[in-house]
Amino acid sequence: MARMDYSGVAVCVPVTVPYSRYSLRSAHWFCGRALAELIKGAGIVKDEVDGFCIASFTLAPDSAVGLTQHLGVSPRWLDHIPMGGASGAVALRRAARAVQCGDAEIVACIAGDTNHVDSFRNTIASFSQFANDAVYPYGSGGPNASFAFLTDHYMRQYGATREDFGKLCVAQRDNALATPHAMMKRPLSLDDYLNARPIADPLCLFDCVMPCAGSEAFLVMSADRAKALDLPFAEILSTIERHNAYPDDPIQIRAGWAMDVDGFYDHAGVGPGDIDFLQAYDDYPVICFMQLEDLGFCAKGEAGTFVREHDLTTGGDFPFNTSGGQLSVGQAGAAGGSLGLVESIRQLTDQCLGQVVEGAQIGLASCFGMINYDRGLCTSAAILGRSGR
Amino acid sequence: MSENGLLSQLMGGILGGGIQVVDLTMTLQPDLPTIVMPPEFGQSWPFRMEEISRYDHRGPFCYWNNLSCGEHTGTHFDAPIHWVSGKDLPENATDTIPVEKFLAHACVVDCSAGADADPDFLLTQDMIEDWEETHGKIPPRSWLLMRTDWSLKRDAAAYMNMDAEGAHTPGPHEDLLPWLIEERDVIGFGCEAVGTDAGQAGHFNVPYPCHYHMHGNNRFGLPALTNLDALPPQGAVLITPPLKIRQGSGSPARILALVEA
Amino acid sequence: MTTRLPPPGKKDPVARTRAPTQPPGNRSREAQGLTAMAAVGRFALQVCADCGQVQYPPRQVCGRCLGDDLPWRDVDAMGTLLAETKLHHANDLFFRDRVPWRLGVVGMDAGPSVVAHLAEDCRQGARVKLSLNLDRGGHAVMNARPENPGPNQEDDMQLRELSMDPKDRRVLIVNGKTELGLALTNAFLTAGAREVYVGHGEPWKASPSLEAIKSLDHVTLFPLDVTDTDSVEELAAVLGGKVEIMVNNSYHLRPGGAVDRMDMNITREEIDIHYFGLLRLAGTFGPPMRARGADGEHGACAWVNVLSAYAQINNPAFGTYSASQAAARSLAQCLRAEMSSGGVRVVNAYIGPLDDEWHQMVPPPKLAPDMVAGRIIDALQKGREDLAVGAVAEEIAERLAENPKEIEREIKL
Repeated sequence: MARMDYSGVAVCVPVTVPYSRYSLRSAHWFCGRALAELIKGAGIVKDEVDGFCIASFTLAPDSAVGLTQHLGVSPRWLDHIPMGGASGAVALRRAARAVQCGDAEIVACIAGDTNHVDSFRNTIASFSQFANDAVYPYGSGGPNASFAFLTDHYMRQYGATREDFGKLCVAQRDNALATPHAMMKRPLSLDDYLNARPIADPLCLFDCVMPCAGSEAFLVMSADRAKALDLPFAEILSTIERHNAYPDDPIQIRAGWAMDVDGFYDHAGVGPGDIDFLQAYDDYPVICFMQLEDLGFCAKGEAGTFVREHDLTTGGDFPFNTSGGQLSVGQAGAAGGSLGLVESIRQLTDQCLGQVVEGAQIGLASCFGMINYDRGLCTSAAILGRSGR
Repeated sequence: MSENGLLSQLMGGILGGGIQVVDLTMTLQPDLPTIVMPPEFGQSWPFRMEEISRYDHRGPFCYWNNLSCGEHTGTHFDAPIHWVSGKDLPENATDTIPVEKFLAHACVVDCSAGADADPDFLLTQDMIEDWEETHGKIPPRSWLLMRTDWSLKRDAAAYMNMDAEGAHTPGPHEDLLPWLIEERDVIGFGCEAVGTDAGQAGHFNVPYPCHYHMHGNNRFGLPALTNLDALPPQGAVLITPPLKIRQGSGSPARILALVEA
Repeated sequence: MTTRLPPPGKKDPVARTRAPTQPPGNRSREAQGLTAMAAVGRFALQVCADCGQVQYPPRQVCGRCLGDDLPWRDVDAMGTLLAETKLHHANDLFFRDRVPWRLGVVGMDAGPSVVAHLAEDCRQGARVKLSLNLDRGGHAVMNARPENPGPNQEDDMQLRELSMDPKDRRVLIVNGKTELGLALTNAFLTAGAREVYVGHGEPWKASPSLEAIKSLDHVTLFPLDVTDTDSVEELAAVLGGKVEIMVNNSYHLRPGGAVDRMDMNITREEIDIHYFGLLRLAGTFGPPMRARGADGEHGACAWVNVLSAYAQINNPAFGTYSASQAAARSLAQCLRAEMSSGGVRVVNAYIGPLDDEWHQMVPPPKLAPDMVAGRIIDALQKGREDLAVGAVAEEIAERLAENPKEIEREIKL
């Protein structure tokens, strides 16, 4: 059976609750403030939002359910997406179907987390059973070591260099300089990158995201409703998600995008060459390289060459992570999974906070999450288009 | 107590310095050696103490200890019931021995030179008779105390002086003992080694003859004495009461001697 | 190539001693299976009884066929190093104290990929051998060593954190007056112990073993009688801050049980030596050893109890002895829990009958003391925590695992 398209669905009101390195606020606050910004931006009242899609690591012991009472809302459609960095596009595609089917009229997709001193350590100390049993006891608290392994293996397998990763990180920092809420706004040179203190070989400081507090959010509603509210919106051309792809690969060199990439573009009716900007999940540069490959921008193993041959700044020939990405803006927990999507909506609805991709018509936002044991399990992605393009 | 009564005179002597009180007792402490038996036999417990409290959370007002040890630990009193030869005698245990027997005159034979020359030194009847030539006959109901200065050996291994043939410590000759009982009517035999018998006495014709004869004739033993060099050959009075243990075969005791200055 | 660890110098008397921390110890119930295997030195993983798939990390349902019968089986420990990293930063306090720290991903020949502590000499793409070892918290972890280790392999600091290697450490052997005491002294010296302190009680009793020990270099004798609280306290005051490996080899065996030989004195002596003796040592040497669990490369690391295999199942021919050993075993488990916060591991060696005078009437097989000592050294070097020494002890362990009732009925009087 052919997949239904997403016609008549609007994605609008991109919201970012500004990030901070640490916060005394709770995740509830970051989600609640995001909702306040959403209804303000949409010009609606709280009760008009009848669907919620929530992603957060630090709501515990609450879930999306408890949040409804906190925020005083009575939705008829509720979803909690425990997929961390992959939650953005997953929330989008679920919300879109709910709106298309009439199960909800306006769905708020909110991803937010707080960051208390020590809450990052606590999150990773009880991340998953496999991580508790087989990773955390080895000192590799958190994803640094996991991505160090993937980076080490990728570099030796495909000949990518630190300079290649560095070029990507430097370009993203350039992009971030105009983004008001970016945590890191000092220019980064390739020398700065190469000479940064080592974290987990071969990763150094600027290969690693900085955990922080914040939230990202957007609304999904019918295009008719968006027009009625006079809201600029983007359209959804295609989405994918995949979990635990390629379990027999002894170490991760590719992820779920590669399984789904053909249908992804077919469904959108476009190809990689039609993409005007790519917002890739970027907690560590190696996963950006895999996305360039798995999403069809270059062949497996050639991302290093691709990066060398392209200008990844917002004004370059391959605009990439145009707000600066997590590597420069910061990783507000699960909000990292929506950062690229929210930036995509901004670029396609002329609501940019920072640099603008001139004439952008079609953008791709890609998400990745949940290092359950030795690899990230969840991938998702969406191709969005400017409405009426 | 009448002013010129006997006890007044005694106390006058003690308080006035005319009578000296000498402590013949070793300090009870955990590293005191105990008599060694073959390992498949029952063993006497060594002296052990565990603190109950010391003005602390276990008892804020007091310091005290729990003790454990065998009846024959440190300086102690051997009752006749200790030995198979004395098992059926009347008044043979610590709780039944008439208490006046715990006060007796002492004769001290200095064998320190002999013991110094030969750890297996044995005290014989000839030597006693020589001693009597000088110091007078042993009065009936006296302790015969064998001074060897053995108790000056503070090192436990030297004190026990064991090798593959057993202990090598001085003691009475087996032939001396019947004579002491029959001819001199001693109340018991005391010495400085860990037991009243010589270290090698297990190999004698009658094993452990001092125990065998003394206890078989309702006489007592006082091993592991010290400070015997402070006693005169004749004239000291020993105070030797053991703890009143029901059917006790002996007990550690604080042995005191009264000596006229 | 891993180089020889420099021998310890004199400790700076005014420097703060690093406080012990433990690696993360939160494990699922399934993962405790790894700990059970590591404790006895096995390299075993869950293997699906239905489809043969080797599982890692441990789980309750087969990742291939969804079968739920996943018995632990010894598996091929070889693999290829797929990736490596050296951590320069760690959030966990134990590793913060010890970075840089090497980790690797090993693709096992048996199937799964595992994250493992990585020996210095392993390089990406090379063949490596995995082992399961208990970490300083007593939990199982994977270790990868090169296929052909160099001569100083075990001096690798990461491996040394996981082992209890006697090399360069100071050892107290509680009783030097037995053949086992002599064998242990020789074995620890051969294993490179820095100093061996040897206790001896009842100095008036001669001992050929002690005479032989006296002539050895790097050995110092100390009076020690585990039945005497004063004696234990006095020695702890002297050596408590120095002992890095405690070996409680106190041992007092007399034949007889409860009905046929009711003897309170013998029984009390057994309890006094095996149980109270361990208690006295634990209460005096335990605190200073625990405090030195992270004192550099040579900190306190192990407490060895030589226990009878009959601690686990009563042999009525040595009935009260077995019972006192069972009491000691229980106390040793308490000790293990209490010492774990200092990273000091408790090793229980369950031995079969020794070839000595007290087992004269026991038919062979009987254990040579040298063999027992050798196995204890091996366990310390390999980081094992429970070992059955000799055919009798091994058989007891197997029969207990299989059918405890059977062995209770059949054990020979």
